[in-house]
Formats: sequence, C-alpha cells, structure tokens
Amino acid sequence: MKKILILGSGALKIGEAGEFDYSGSQAIKAIKEEGIETILINPNIATIQTSKDLADKVFFLPVNPEFVERVIANEKPDGILLSFGGQTALNCGLALDAAGVLKKYNVKVLGTPVETIINTEDRDKFTEKLAEINIKYANSKAVSNIDDAIKFAEKIAYPVLIRIAYALGGLGSGICRNKNELVELCEKSFAHTNQILIEEYLEGWKEIEYEVVRDKYDNCIAVCNMENFDPMGVHTGESIVVAPSQTLSNDEYHKLRAVALKVIRHLGVVGECNIQYAFSSSDDDYRVIEVNARLSRSSALASKATGYPLAHVAAKLALGYGLYEIQNTITKTTSAFFEPAMDYCVVKIPRWDLKKFNRVSTTLGSSMKSVGEVMAIGRKFEEALQKALRMLEIGVGGLVANKNIRFNDLDDSLLKPNENRVFAIAQALKGGYSIDYIHTLTYINKWFLYKIQNIVEIQSKLSKIAQDISPDMILLAKQYGFSDDQIGKITNIDPSQIFSIRKANNINPKVLQIDTLAAEFPAQTNYLYLTYNAAIDDIIFADLYDSTIILGSGPYRIGSSVEFDWCCVNAAKTLKNMDRKTVMINCNPETVSTDYDMYDALFFEELTLETIREIYGKINPKGIIVAMGGQVPNNLSLALAKNNMNILGTGVENIDRAEDRSKFSDLLDKIGIEQPEWKELSTKEDALIFAKDVEYPVLIRPSYVLSGAAMSVAFTLVMQLWSFHHKEHILKP
Amino acid sequence: MNLYGNTKKARLVLENMQSFEGKLIGYPHSSSGEVVFNTGMTGYPETISDPSYKGQIQCITYPLVGNYGVPVSKSDPRETLLESDKIHLHGIIISDYSVEYSHSTGIESLSSWLYANKVPGLYDIDTRMLTKTLRENGTMLGKIIVDDNDLEFYDPNTDNLVQQVSHKEIKTFGQEGKNVLLYDCGCKNSIITNLLDRGVKVTRVPWDFDFNKVDFDAVLFSNGPGNPEVYTSLIEKAKELIKTEKPILGICLGHQILSIAAGATTYKMPYGHRGQNQPVMEGQSNKCYITSQNHGFAVNDENLCEGWSTWFKNLNDNTNEGFRHKSKDILSVQFHPEAKPGPVDTTFIFDEFINAINKISKLTRS
Repeated sequence: MKKILILGSGALKIGEAGEFDYSGSQAIKAIKEEGIETILINPNIATIQTSKDLADKVFFLPVNPEFVERVIANEKPDGILLSFGGQTALNCGLALDAAGVLKKYNVKVLGTPVETIINTEDRDKFTEKLAEINIKYANSKAVSNIDDAIKFAEKIAYPVLIRIAYALGGLGSGICRNKNELVELCEKSFAHTNQILIEEYLEGWKEIEYEVVRDKYDNCIAVCNMENFDPMGVHTGESIVVAPSQTLSNDEYHKLRAVALKVIRHLGVVGECNIQYAFSSSDDDYRVIEVNARLSRSSALASKATGYPLAHVAAKLALGYGLYEIQNTITKTTSAFFEPAMDYCVVKIPRWDLKKFNRVSTTLGSSMKSVGEVMAIGRKFEEALQKALRMLEIGVGGLVANKNIRFNDLDDSLLKPNENRVFAIAQALKGGYSIDYIHTLTYINKWFLYKIQNIVEIQSKLSKIAQDISPDMILLAKQYGFSDDQIGKITNIDPSQIFSIRKANNINPKVLQIDTLAAEFPAQTNYLYLTYNAAIDDIIFADLYDSTIILGSGPYRIGSSVEFDWCCVNAAKTLKNMDRKTVMINCNPETVSTDYDMYDALFFEELTLETIREIYGKINPKGIIVAMGGQVPNNLSLALAKNNMNILGTGVENIDRAEDRSKFSDLLDKIGIEQPEWKELSTKEDALIFAKDVEYPVLIRPSYVLSGAAMSVAFTLVMQLWSFHHKEHILKP
Repeated sequence: MNLYGNTKKARLVLENMQSFEGKLIGYPHSSSGEVVFNTGMTGYPETISDPSYKGQIQCITYPLVGNYGVPVSKSDPRETLLESDKIHLHGIIISDYSVEYSHSTGIESLSSWLYANKVPGLYDIDTRMLTKTLRENGTMLGKIIVDDNDLEFYDPNTDNLVQQVSHKEIKTFGQEGKNVLLYDCGCKNSIITNLLDRGVKVTRVPWDFDFNKVDFDAVLFSNGPGNPEVYTSLIEKAKELIKTEKPILGICLGHQILSIAAGATTYKMPYGHRGQNQPVMEGQSNKCYITSQNHGFAVNDENLCEGWSTWFKNLNDNTNEGFRHKSKDILSVQFHPEAKPGPVDTTFIFDEFINAINKISKLTRS
C-alpha cells in the first residue's frame, strides 16, 4: 500500500458536520505515520483536514462518483477509505463500487468491506442478516390493505404504531392498542395513502448505543456505551445523551454488549461501528434499531468521552493492524485492545437554532434538527448536566434560575419532546409535580428525574438561605454544577461576592485527567476537565506556566462552525512551531479542535468567565488568544480583561470598538468614513421617532451578535415593533 | 426525598495514616481490612456480593453508584442476580451515592442492603485520589472509623479466609448429567449457573472436602479470597487430583491453587487487577479477549512443571492469565469466564471444560 484516497464529507449539513473533519483528519495522520501517501477529496475549505500540512494532496472537488473517478484515474491510489466521511463518502463509495470503477482501477476498499456496508444500509438485507443469528430488530412492514395490516399487527402483537410514508408532521400516524383501533386508524390512513407502515410500538423503551471496534483477526471491543436521556422516539442526535449508561444493570449492559459483538462479527466490520438499541428493563427485551458501519457523530462523542481515539484506531485497523498492535495513545504503555473505564460521567446536549426559522415545529422526533452539540464532564450527573446547559450558549446559567425560559403549557412541554423539555422537568418539579407523573408524561427514567430533583432542591434551599449562605452551602451547590452567577441570582448576592467567599474559603475546582483507565495506569497526556467533586489536582501546573490559552468557539450553530476550529488548530500549530506551549479550552465533541494531541493541554470545559478565570489562575499563562474562536471569545474579552487576564492580540478596547455598534459608528464618523445614518436607542418610542426621521426601511442591529441574529429590516411600523420585541427577547435573557 | 442521604460523617484511614472524610451509608460501625480499587463501571451488586472480597474494603472508581438499587437475594444461585447470599467485604468507598434508585429488578437501596449485611459504606470521597494513592503505594490496609470507634488495622492475607466463606455443607445442584465436584473456596453463583446451563450436575463441597468420599466426573476449583499459599491442604488435594485423568478447571484463586500444585509460585501484585476491562491474549495467537478480573495475587509461570503451558497473558502487564496441561484436560484461568460483573467473552472456557468432561465419559463408556 503506497497511496490511499480518503473521501471527506463535503459541506457541513444538519446531521453531517465537524465530526467528519475530526475522523478524516485522524485517519490522514494515522496513515501518514505509516509512510503512506494520502490523497483527500473534500470541497469544504473550512475544514482542518484540507489544511496544507495534513494530506499530501487535497482535491477541492465534490464528493460524488463522477469527480472521484477522475481523481482515481489520475492518481491511481492503491486503497480507498469510505468510512471517514459520513454518509456522503459512504454513498459515493458504494456507487463507485457498483459502477465497477474501483475494480477497473484496482482500488481496494480498506477496512469494512463493501458487502458489509450494503448489508447495513439496505433494510431488508440488514434484517435478514440479523435474523440469521437470532438477533431481534424492530419489526415493521409496509402494507396496502386493512387485512394485511391486521395480520401483521397480530403477528407482532399489539400495541402497534402506524406510520404513513412521506406524510408531513406524522399525519395519519398513531398508536393502536387493539384490532378495533387498528381498523379505525387504517380506514382513516388509507383515505390518504395506499401504503402504511405497521411497526412495533416501542415508546418508552430506553435508547442505548454501543461503539464497537473489530480487527481483521476478529478481536472485538466495545469502547463505550451511551444512554439516551430521552427515550425511544427522539433521534439520538436530538437527545441528551449520557456516557456511560446509568440505569442499566450488569446483566443488561453486558447482554447488549454481547449482542453488539455478535452483530459486528457476523456483518464482518473491520474498523469502527455504531449499534443502536431500544431496550426495556421491565420486559428484559431489546431491539436492534440500526448499525452504522462507519464513523459517526456518536463515535466522535465516544472518542471524546472516553479518550479512546476511535478514528485513529479505525484507520490503523483498515491498514491491517490488530488492535493489540496499536498503542493506547493516552497511557503510551498499554495497547488499544482494552475497553476504557471512565471515572467521570459525560453529558451531551444538542444545540438547536430553531428560533432562526419562522414556522418550524419545535417538537423533536425521529429526524435531526439540531446543528451542533456540547459535551460536559463531571463526577456527578448533576454537575455535568448543568455545565452542558451553560456550554450551549443559549443564555442559560444552568438548569435552574433562568428567567428567559417559561412554559405556557407545562404538561404539553413534558409530553412532546422539545428543546426545552429538560427545563420543563425542573419547572414541573418546582411546581410540585411528582416524579411518577413526570415519568408518565415523558417516559424518562426516574433516575434522571431524581437527579434533576436534586438540583431543584438545592435551588430552593439556596433561595431560602439567601444572604445567609455558608461556605459549605456554596461548596454543595458547586458540586451539583451551579455557577457563581446562578448562585448569585438565586440568593440575590453579587456573583463576584460568591467568587470572593469561595476564594476566601478555598472552594476551588480541581483539574482531573481523562486517562481511559480510571487511574489504574498513569496518563501521559493533558486531556483535562474541572470538577468540584475532587480533593486534589491531577497535574502539576508549573508545566503549563507561561503557556498561551486559545479559546474555542463552543457548539456549532448557524453562523459559527468548523471555520473557527480551523483557526484555533492552526493558531496552536503556529505557536507550537514557535516553541510556545498551548492550552485549548473548548466544549464541542465533534471537532478536531478538541483533540487532546493538538495542544500541551486541552480543557474540555465551559467558555465562561468563571471557568476561564479558574484555569487562568491555576496555570498562570502568558495570556489568552480570543481572536480564533469567533463570537463567543470575542464577547468574553472585555470581562476577561477586567478580571486581570491578559488578552493577546487586538486590545479589548479595540475589540469593543468594533463590536459595540455605537462606538464603531462613532469611530467611522470621527475618521470620516461614510456609513448609513444611525442612532443608538434603547426604547421603542425613540426608535419610532428616529425611523420616521430617516424614513423606512430601517435596519435594526444589536451589538455583539453572531451573523445577524436579531437583525431585521423594518419596512413598516408593524414590522419594526415586531423586530424590537424580538430583539429584547434575545438580548435580555 | 433526601438529597443529602445520611449526613453522618465517618472516615477512612490508611496504614500510611492518610485520612479521607466522607458520609456514611450502610451499617454504622467501624471496620478494617485491605483497601483495593475496582474500575468496573456497572455491576456493583455483583461485585459487592462476590465472596472473593472477603476482608477487603473496596473503592469503586466509577463515581455514580447505587443508581439501580439491589436485586433480590436468594440462597439458590439460580434464583438471584447476586453472586452469593451475603456481603463478605468489609466496606465500600464511593464518590457519588444515588439515594434514590430506579430499576425493575431493584428491591432495596444499596445502603439498606449494606445495613442488613452489617457493612459500612462511605461516600463523598475523592475515589480518584484514593485510587492514585493505592496505585502509587500499592494496596494498603485501612479502616473505616465511625463515631471515633477506632480499631486495629487488619491484614486479611495472613488468615484462612476461604474457611470463612466456603459453605460448610455439601449441596447438589441439578438433577442429571455428569457430576462436577465444585471446591467452594468462596464460589460465585455464576460459576454454578454457567455449569448448570451446560447440562451438568454440580456438587458444591466445602474447601477441605475429601474427594475420595464421592463419585464425580470432573473438578472445579473456584474463585475465592486471600493468599493462595495459605491454603496448603487444598494445594495437596489439587496435586492428587492432577494425577488423575479427571478434567479440572481452575478459576482465579482456583487457578493459583492449581498453579502451585503444578510447580509454579505466586506473588502479591502491587495493586492487583480488579475490573471488567482487563485484556488477555491467547498464547502466540492473535486472539484477544476482554475479561472480568478480581485478584491481588498472580502466578509466576516461569517454573511451571514439564507438561504445562501458558495459555493466556495479560496484555497490559504481561502477567499470567491462565495455563493448561499439554495432554490432560486441565484448564486454568486467572480471569473470570463466568463474568458477572463484566463481559461474557470468555464463556467458551466452560464449553471447553464441558466438552472435555463429555469426551472422557464417552471414552470410559466405550
């Protein structure tokens, strides 16, 4: 093998984003280590994998059979990797294979064979393969008349779910608990369509995932399992996810693990694969929902959650290595054939931008709407959950004490999965709803609800104590993930005072390492997180003295995505070349910028003043670079400087002058640069007067925002009022 | 709902006098033993009910414990998910305790189960710090001190712990099939159920049982607590049994007993293997398995007698994980093929054992 072609995933889209930049980049590095030439096809200029010093050759061309064939014809690679560029690369690879292109040019598909990929992608073949080894899968069948519907429903037993293919918003679909209900609904449905899908009704079942790896010698491991907070019915990309699973007993965990290994062996995967289950504890029963025989967003999450570099290992396996022949890159003394033991828990929460679209349904379901995600690490579920919510950058300080989140119909917000459901649960508990009732509405496992109740209880205790807060109470709140701001809000004490009490009483977070083996072996890398549930730090901070902190961009959202990872990673590389130590702070699991091997230290942490200040205080760096991570670090720069942190690059007063519309426009006036007439206003009345003066249309533009959030052109009086209302809504959470 | 659980404080003191303050669950009395850590992320009921932990205080490195309560305890191995009918360990140390649990098999909380078994537990402890201490200094003696009722350190490795955990009476499980004589050194229930699932009869006998008293087709030396060198009479029995043609399987302590009988020696490891992710490799093959382990002593296989060969090695530290006889059906593994807690990847060990039993009986019949 001298030359290998890697297919990227092209443009970022919902469901296919930075995780494939991560997996492709790791694959390129893993192959280059072997002295093999790498060629990459990916038209996405904002990715790190297309940077100069990664692949030997990059083609900025569409990832489709036509262009890829031309590259193959010219470059004549020996092998091709299909599983590192998401569905785009996989589909392209399958098409090339079907068209005989790979055979024609003698290009070998490395890793999982094409036949296996087809067997996982084609539903009929997939269920056939599972049936061969007596593995259960979600039963479903397309029928075109009532008799067939009844026959199949009786075969799989009631209740069943009826779905209509291609029906918008679930029109005509529903649950039938007996024959009468089925006949009734079928009659309605067949009025709209001539084919319906009868499916096993698994609502309320847990959704569990395993990331499994297999080498060519048939050695298998399950690197990580994950449990969805939201039960079946919500796409795993739309769910809050926790790793490892929290509510599975040993028998359940290992039964599903054994099924995963059996399936991956039978299918013949070589490399990485993701398997999703529906699982019911009370029935002690499971269904395989799907298998992804490629790297995925879940595998990126699993990599970051455990420290196990799945994409790197998958690439090595594709080259023919055995798992035991690959080094554990964290301990550097053990091999890649092991299953990580975590001594922390991880919470992933998706980031939605639904508010940017009019008339979009906010109900979550089986298709993805989220545009990004965050991952938080803690030694209590409550701690990780509250950290993750802050990381989302949606204007919340944690699970509770958010004035901007209100519910008109709490029961409805619990019943229908939506982006604010976790807040609705807290609200409901506060309002006296019982755990049982919330469970009945949401099917969310009670263990999660008990944990949320702990947070609510601490909030109510804090608000009772208020000004009389004791250091012990602050410590307790910190252990459950409350920020200084949150505690301040609840107790009516200035957050800076909470900070002072903390410092006076030595209440500080500790820095712990992610080491893949729960401290059984020492870690050689600084993959780090902060927690208040520890007594000592894992690392010696002197090693990071005088380093440069780079702030990342947090979760992807509309207007901020992989381009800022490119900036951060390249800034770090440049600094490294200058022999400077680099420290990254970021919380997005689907990116290269959170690969621990890119920096001297990676803090998988919140991009908040409080957290950055704690890290800064511990490592005593040279300063912070805020210019690489987009709007989030920019917005923090003033506060960071005010708290005596050194900002490198453009001074904060100049950042402020560019961001603050009024100061910016002032400056333009002063230096004689033309601009539209403007005025900074803070009341509706003044705005109306000004608009009347300058004549419509006018543009309303808030300061410090990302890609025009809350910006509107006001054509009429009515429009303008709406805009103002909208602006207040977003700017004053 | 009681977020703070029991707020009664207690502390763990190590033999180097390092002290960890935490809050109490389970039974409020002082207790001492050898402090060890286990890195398994699930299966605390199985781990805690494993008799091999006799005399030990176990630190669970996964921080969230108690989430799904504890299943029902029964004396018949086939009727319970637990690994024995009582808790043998001397205490547990955890970080975050779930006061409220949720699971269809959970009938009581971890704390109430510990209480009923008169075992104390400590939570709100920095278990990572404790684990690192044990990793760097090796396993240490320690004591959980409640209400300032101090007590002496206790070293379980000088005691005959097997005598304390082995069932005193002979008991037969299953009606039909070949009879496996099971030397109960503190046997986990799953070993018995794995045998029964494969259609044999199991006769569980006390550790000091004279095997000449009964008819049997094969022998299994079970897992158990303590220092294998202490159990000299058991080693003598193993030596005699090796001379016969009966299939023999050794698991964990049973493996160590067999290895001494086969001429090898054992030694105490700095901090042992306790967890569900220990990688082992089979001989010179490319075959690797993830195994469940719980042992503080290991076998030095350099001086195994003629006729024996190393079967498995640990991929992390190259320690011995099993050996077998070159001509006889004697199999022996350091890890736990019965799993529980842990991965079930090596249950083929039981298949091999049963196949050997069936093969032998066919020979004798013809």
